Amino acid sequence: MQMTYLEAIADALRVEMRRDERVFMIGEDIGTYGGAFKLTKGFLDEFGPSRIIDAPISEAAIIGASIGAALNGMRPVAEMQFMDFVTNGFNQIVTVAGTTAYRWAIPVPMVVRGPSGGGVGANPFHSRNSEAWFVHATGIKVVCPAFPDDAKGLMMASIRDNDPVVFYEHKGLYRKIKGDVPEGEYIVPLGKARVVRQGSDVSVICYGSAVHMALAAAEAVAAEGINVEVVDIRTLVPFDEETVLASVRKTGRAVVAHEAVLTGGFGGEIAARIADKAFSYLDAPVKRVAAFDAPTPFAPTLEQAVLPNSDIIANTIRATCSF
Amino acid sequence: MLRYMIMAREFDTAMLRLYRQGKAFGGVYSQLGNEAVSVGSALALDRTKDVLFPMHRNIGGHFVFGQTLDQLMLNHLARQGSQMRGTDGTGHYADPALRIYGNVSHLGAMIPVAAGFSLADKLRGVTTVSMTYIGDGGAQVGEVHEALNFASVHKIPLILIIENNQYAYSTPNSMEFACERLSDRAVGYGMAGATIDGTDVELVYTTCSEAVDHARKGLGPTLIETVTMRMRGHAEHDDFSYVPKELLEEWSAKDPVERYIDRLIDDGVVTREETDELRASILNDMIASIDRALEHPWPAAEEGLKNVFMSTAGEGH
Ligand SMILES: Cc1ncc(C[n+]2csc(CCOP(=O)(O)OP(=O)(O)O)c2C)c(N)n1
Ligand SMILES: [Mg+2]
Repeated sequence: MQMTYLEAIADALRVEMRRDERVFMIGEDIGTYGGAFKLTKGFLDEFGPSRIIDAPISEAAIIGASIGAALNGMRPVAEMQFMDFVTNGFNQIVTVAGTTAYRWAIPVPMVVRGPSGGGVGANPFHSRNSEAWFVHATGIKVVCPAFPDDAKGLMMASIRDNDPVVFYEHKGLYRKIKGDVPEGEYIVPLGKARVVRQGSDVSVICYGSAVHMALAAAEAVAAEGINVEVVDIRTLVPFDEETVLASVRKTGRAVVAHEAVLTGGFGGEIAARIADKAFSYLDAPVKRVAAFDAPTPFAPTLEQAVLPNSDIIANTIRATCSF
Repeated sequence: MLRYMIMAREFDTAMLRLYRQGKAFGGVYSQLGNEAVSVGSALALDRTKDVLFPMHRNIGGHFVFGQTLDQLMLNHLARQGSQMRGTDGTGHYADPALRIYGNVSHLGAMIPVAAGFSLADKLRGVTTVSMTYIGDGGAQVGEVHEALNFASVHKIPLILIIENNQYAYSTPNSMEFACERLSDRAVGYGMAGATIDGTDVELVYTTCSEAVDHARKGLGPTLIETVTMRMRGHAEHDDFSYVPKELLEEWSAKDPVERYIDRLIDDGVVTREETDELRASILNDMIASIDRALEHPWPAAEEGLKNVFMSTAGEGH
């Protein structure tokens, strides 16, 4: 069935809530209003106020209470109205959720989800790509889907996972990207990358919105005879190193891309793994494309200057292939 | 006071017009219903000594603290000449010369900062009153609690106004807090507190003036809950159909601007003709200022690659 990225996420939540009584949602304006992006529209009517909980503006309480309920046998899904506000619940995720399995061997099956990302003329506080923070925190799974079917399958897998998952939805993809999505139960396992375009000359390793930039760049350079392979890693933790290395061993060249800022970004980790484990296959240095190291600015001219785009990826592919 | 009240109101009229023309950029957050709070509270301060940390529905205070219309519009619309160079928009700018420090989107984040600003002057033996604001929803953020407790322990001259306009986006008071009045919390922090009608600008002014005196005497912070009604959606994209029509009707009878104008006319201070004229001329000024701002281009792209650190201000990639 054709669905937008947003509809696919809503579908996953609905299917899981119908299937499993333990799943409930908590967040700001998710009930009566149906969420700031209308993702949970109709949920209150179907599931009632005890499973669609409108919370006060208290992200630490929303996330902390989700952890507590998860410890006590439930499978909460906490919504951040914008993923930027996860900063207010950061301590709960990093300090409590991320250390519980290691210390107590008790599962914390919860999902923190919400809209992230820039390119939509928001402001520095409604545009951030903060996924790398949670990669570095340990004990937390980090998911960044690029397509509607993956968004659904990964959401269902995240809800069923026994570890805390931070699930990054890109708000720029919400209504822009449509695709065929399997109906009913559909699981995409965490930790499996997806080769979204086969190629032989260079691998572009990416996730989230950068996958769409990479696909556009691949089309652009195809006319010049450069055959690009695009690997969408889909989840940062767990990271599917095997698929990435296999692609790079095949093509001998790698460009790593994400919308998040360059320094300290997950691209650095990917580049390091390639350098470590596929060094002898490389015909060119591994290149990274990412945002300039700054907050995401408000004015469109500035935002375009700061964020990566398909032209930059295309140019980086060309440079890598002519190295 | 009248002039600022009308400016606060007509700013909304002008921004709404812009929004309907499809020319506004970013959220348009109306302050309709909140004019008396922002104007009355800012007027209670000494703008040469005190400091204002406004929130998203406090445009009136920017005018009281001397911000020019043209500069405010440029900042709001993030055009070239904005004090934030286009990096951010709306009322988020800071203007140290005018003693205005804007908010960030994260609700409550600036309240400890406002306390710290006054703390710095306290360490220098000077009393600077910080006036800051939060909504009935934002008041549930943990940092608000930490800031108030800290300010009370250290007798910091901070005034926090909780603008209770009944809704936080779509969430009504009953789903945000379970105490009777938000100012009840003052007792728990060991500080002064009051709940007042936020549609009466003179009452807001006198209550805030008392809080300022209290702070100047070294008696510490005050928590004031101003009760109002958000007369439009959270921002203009929101049709606020979740708000009962009767509630809006009830509150429209208490319109802070109309109410103040009527009082001044009754008291023989001004005539209807004079206030109508003043409104029309202020609205004209607003529209003209917006038009001037829109003639400014967007800031140059390179601005986005500068000033991430002060130590490298002006440097790019
Ligand atoms: C920490 C945080 N969480 C969520 C949001 C999203 N948000 C922006 S305004 C708003 C409602 C604010 O309501 P209230 O504090 O009552 O102020 P009002 O807009 O009614 O004046 C929400 C939920 C935010 N800005 N910051
Ligand atoms: Mg409110």
